Amino acid sequence: MISVGHYLAVSAVLFTLGVLGIFINRKNIIVILMAIELILLAVNINLVAFSAALGDLVGQVFSMFVLTVAAGEAAIGLAILVIYFRGRGTIAVDDANRMKG
Amino acid sequence: MSADLALIWPELILTIGGLITLMLGTFAGDRQVGLYQLSALLTLAAAAAAVIALFGVDATVFSGTLSVDGFGGFAKLLIYAASFVCILVAPRFFTGGMRAEYPVLILFAALGMGIMASSRDLMTLYVGLELNSLAAYVLASFMRTDERSSEAGLKYFVLGALASGMLLYGISLLYGFTGTTDFAGIAARMGGEMNIGLIFGIVFVLAGLGFKISAVPFHMWTPDVYEGAPTPVTTFFASAPKVAAMALMTRVVIDAMGPAVGAWQQIIIFLSLASIILGAVGAIGQKNIKRLLAYSSINNVGFMLVGLAAGTQQGVEAVLTYLLVYMVTTLGAFLVVLQLRDPAGNQVESIAALAGLSQRRPGLAAAMAVFLFSLAGIPPLFGFWPKYLVFEAAVNANLVPLAVAGIVASVIGAFYYIAIIKTMYFDDKSDVEVTGGGNAVEGTLVTVSALWLSVIGYLFIPMLAIASASAASVLF
Repeated sequence: MISVGHYLAVSAVLFTLGVLGIFINRKNIIVILMAIELILLAVNINLVAFSAALGDLVGQVFSMFVLTVAAGEAAIGLAILVIYFRGRGTIAVDDANRMKG
Repeated sequence: MSADLALIWPELILTIGGLITLMLGTFAGDRQVGLYQLSALLTLAAAAAAVIALFGVDATVFSGTLSVDGFGGFAKLLIYAASFVCILVAPRFFTGGMRAEYPVLILFAALGMGIMASSRDLMTLYVGLELNSLAAYVLASFMRTDERSSEAGLKYFVLGALASGMLLYGISLLYGFTGTTDFAGIAARMGGEMNIGLIFGIVFVLAGLGFKISAVPFHMWTPDVYEGAPTPVTTFFASAPKVAAMALMTRVVIDAMGPAVGAWQQIIIFLSLASIILGAVGAIGQKNIKRLLAYSSINNVGFMLVGLAAGTQQGVEAVLTYLLVYMVTTLGAFLVVLQLRDPAGNQVESIAALAGLSQRRPGLAAAMAVFLFSLAGIPPLFGFWPKYLVFEAAVNANLVPLAVAGIVASVIGAFYYIAIIKTMYFDDKSDVEVTGGGNAVEGTLVTVSALWLSVIGYLFIPMLAIASASAASVLF
């Protein structure tokens, strides 16, 4: 029998992978965008699992909001990435170093 | 439902006004700066008038997801005022002219911030926060062809999205372990026994919100974004979103987590001390004035959190007073920075170039000195008063060690403010001929804010006390 604890474990693993994907990844900013999506989907798993376990619809409604906002966020992230690439000609993480201090 | 709509006039006005401004920008063209600027300013003024008209109302709308009350009203007035100033002064400072997106994005960000300040449900909290953040990411990278601006936007986006993710993860845990997303419902559950899920939820939510107010250790983005973003946008970031995020944090901490004092208080104390100390130490040795003001904002957020850590009505009143005074000071300081130009018309951002400013532009230097002394909280200036209030609140809440540590760290902070004043007044003139100058509007704004912060502000203390007390009493 799969309990809510199993879902929480999967979601915690996905969340951790997403966070690590942002911090460990040194190569490509697109990978960071993917890691962000992973984090948001981990949250959605949490919300839907809780919603089912509690018998309360709010969690599923919330996950719809998260999906919608995530779409907008990805669009804006890619747009910023495009203007960044146009100016710099690279999307390597280590090259984002115009400002220091 | 229609009764609910009558109570959210400020939000409706901002939405419709933002869309109208967008249409004006689209059909009249980017050159018609006066037209869409006026439309944006009128929208903000109308929204502020609507907030004032709703004064005294204390209600919840849309099934208890949004509250219309004095606390939200106070925060919204500050937010709209800061947005107003940022749109008013912007056109002269964009090379190649302001594009219509700027006022539109600020209006939508202001709408999101208004929702943040009056949310009483995790769902409205999230939607308001994202509405503000998504507009802010675009604003940071507004100068598309400038490498620093696009890099600032990119960094802000990546770290902001990570913070939203952490906030959401915390929200999902709070929802799962309390069974509701309503602040009052969460507070009712917090009164009982705490479990590990709830603790994790609190930690993640506070971490996400800590990012938005740029509290240490979630401040990494602040110096880079402040430096890279176009200066009018930096002015905006330093004022309005700080108010909104701080109001939201206060609401979450007091309204939703109120009964679980033991769980959140130590987190807030840590954020507060770390911000005060790192904000003061990090600013030493900065060469860029915008970067330095970024550390100054981190430092000041730490002081606000001292008031919040007290968790009492007095503490919240102190936070609100602090927000108002801080907003005026920081707007004034950035208005001065906006006016610094070299003869070619480029913006001057390096602190070394300020040397001898007192001879070249005595008025501007004097105003800057007032703002910096006020940010440092040196007594004759009004910036001292809110610092006094937060420490008083902390002492009354038996947080004497926190207050002592804060006062000691504020002495370190005074060092770098005074270093700039020394550069402006006592160093030899720099090679860069800093000229430029404001028009009547900017001059008036700088003068009024400098005078208000010098001594006149003290005349407003009774008024401030009444306003902040009536706003804070809503939460208790």
